[in-house]
Amino acid sequence: MREIIHCSIKDIKPDVDIILKSQGVFTPPEPPEKINALLDMSMDLFGKLSIPMGIISEISISEFEVVYSGEGQNEKNTPVNEIFRRADNLALFTATLGEGISREINELFKLNEFALGCMLDSVASEGIEKVAEIAQNHFSEYLSKSGQTTPSTRIMRYSPGYCGWHISGQKKLFEFLHPEDIAISLTDSFLMQPLKSVSGVMIAGPKEIHHFEDNFPFCSKCSGHTCRERIKSLR
Amino acid sequence: MDILKQISENLRGGNDKKVLEFTKLAIEQKIPPKDILDDGLIAGMDTVGKLFKAHEIFLPDVLLAAKAMYSGMDELKPILIREGIPTIGKVVIGTIQGDLHDIGKNLVGIMLKGAGFEVIDLGNDVSPEKFVERAKKENAKVIGMSALLTTTMQGMRKVIDLLNERGLSGEIKTIIGGAPVSEEFAREIGADAYGYDAASAVDRVKKLTREK
Repeated sequence: MREIIHCSIKDIKPDVDIILKSQGVFTPPEPPEKINALLDMSMDLFGKLSIPMGIISEISISEFEVVYSGEGQNEKNTPVNEIFRRADNLALFTATLGEGISREINELFKLNEFALGCMLDSVASEGIEKVAEIAQNHFSEYLSKSGQTTPSTRIMRYSPGYCGWHISGQKKLFEFLHPEDIAISLTDSFLMQPLKSVSGVMIAGPKEIHHFEDNFPFCSKCSGHTCRERIKSLR
Repeated sequence: MDILKQISENLRGGNDKKVLEFTKLAIEQKIPPKDILDDGLIAGMDTVGKLFKAHEIFLPDVLLAAKAMYSGMDELKPILIREGIPTIGKVVIGTIQGDLHDIGKNLVGIMLKGAGFEVIDLGNDVSPEKFVERAKKENAKVIGMSALLTTTMQGMRKVIDLLNERGLSGEIKTIIGGAPVSEEFAREIGADAYGYDAASAVDRVKKLTREK
C-alpha cells in the first residue's frame, strides 16, 4: 500500500490553545487583543499558503530494518530499534505544508515582523502535525479495513533526528518513500525542504510495545522528554 | 515626558511608528546618539525583558517591542557608525551543522540586538569551522549555538573542541541553547553557558562578556 494524501485546510486547522501555549501565552479565557490579532493574521496566512500533502507507504519489518540502519550513525540502543521488531505493521510517512509557508515565515523575519513570523511558525508547526495525524488515520483505517487490527492496536509515529535515530536515516527513508512526488527534498545534511515537513515511521502493534523508559544514554542530554507525554497518551 | 522616555515607553508598548518618530525627533534635537540608544531604545528593551521574565507580558509582546526597537535602530545606526560608537560586544550566532531550525536562534538574535549587542547571524546548518573562523575574524566575544535535534546537538561539542584546538577558548566564550539542550549537556561539552530561553540567553551573554 502506497498512498498520496491531499488534505483540505479545514481538516488541519491548528489547535489555538496549543499555538498560544507554544508562544508562552497562558491567559484564559481570552489572550490580549494584540495577540489575538496576530493569531488571526497567522491563521489567515496559514490557510492561504499551505498546500498540505502526505505520503504513506507500508513497509515490512525486514525492509524497515534496512531503512532504519540508515548510514550507520544511529545510537547503539534506541527505543525505535526495540519497538519496530515487535510491531504488527509498519508504514513510512512524510507530510508537508509546501514551500510557501516556510518562505513567508522567512520573509516576515526579514521584514522585522518577528511577532507575526513567530506566530505563523507556531501555527505551521501545529498544522504539519495535523497533516501527519491525517496520514496516521489513513494508515489506521487501512489496517482496520483489512482486518489487521485488534482492540489493543495502537499506532505511534517516530522520526529520524529524535531518540537516537540519526537524522541521516532520512536518506534511506526517502529512497524507499520517494517524497519527491510531493516536492519534498533532502539537503546534504539530511534535512527536509520545505522546512515545514515531517517524516518517519508509523508503528502499529499492541500498545505495550510503545512503552519504554527514558533512560537510554542519550536521554540524559534531552531536556524535552516529550516521549513521556506520548506514552501517557496511549490508552 | 522627555523624548527618551517617550521612546522607551512606546517601545515597551510595541508602537514602532511612535518609536521611529521620537527617535527622529531626538536626533533632530541633537541628543547624543549614545543616549538615544542607551536611555531610549535599550532602556525600553530592558524593561520589556524584565516584564517578560516576570511573566507580565508574553513572547509576542517582546517581539512587537523588538520590531519597534529595530525601527528606531535603523534610524540611529548610521549615526552610531559614523561617530564610531561601539556596541557592547559582538556575538556570532547560528544553528548547528545539520540543523535547519532557526526560530529559536532568531529570537535570541533579536533579544541580543535589543540589549545592544552586534549580532552576526550565520543562519542555519553552520559548520564548526565557519563558527570559529567568523568569530575570530569579527573579533566576537561570544559564539551562540542552537540545535533542535538531539542528533545535531553533538555538533556543538565540535565547535568547542575547535576553539580549544586553536587556543581561542579563552577569548571566545560559548553559549548553547535549543529544545534538546540542557545545563548538564552544556557542562559536559565544556560550553561556557546555557540559555534556557531567549531572555536568559541575553543575561548569560551579558555575564560572559563582563567576565572577560
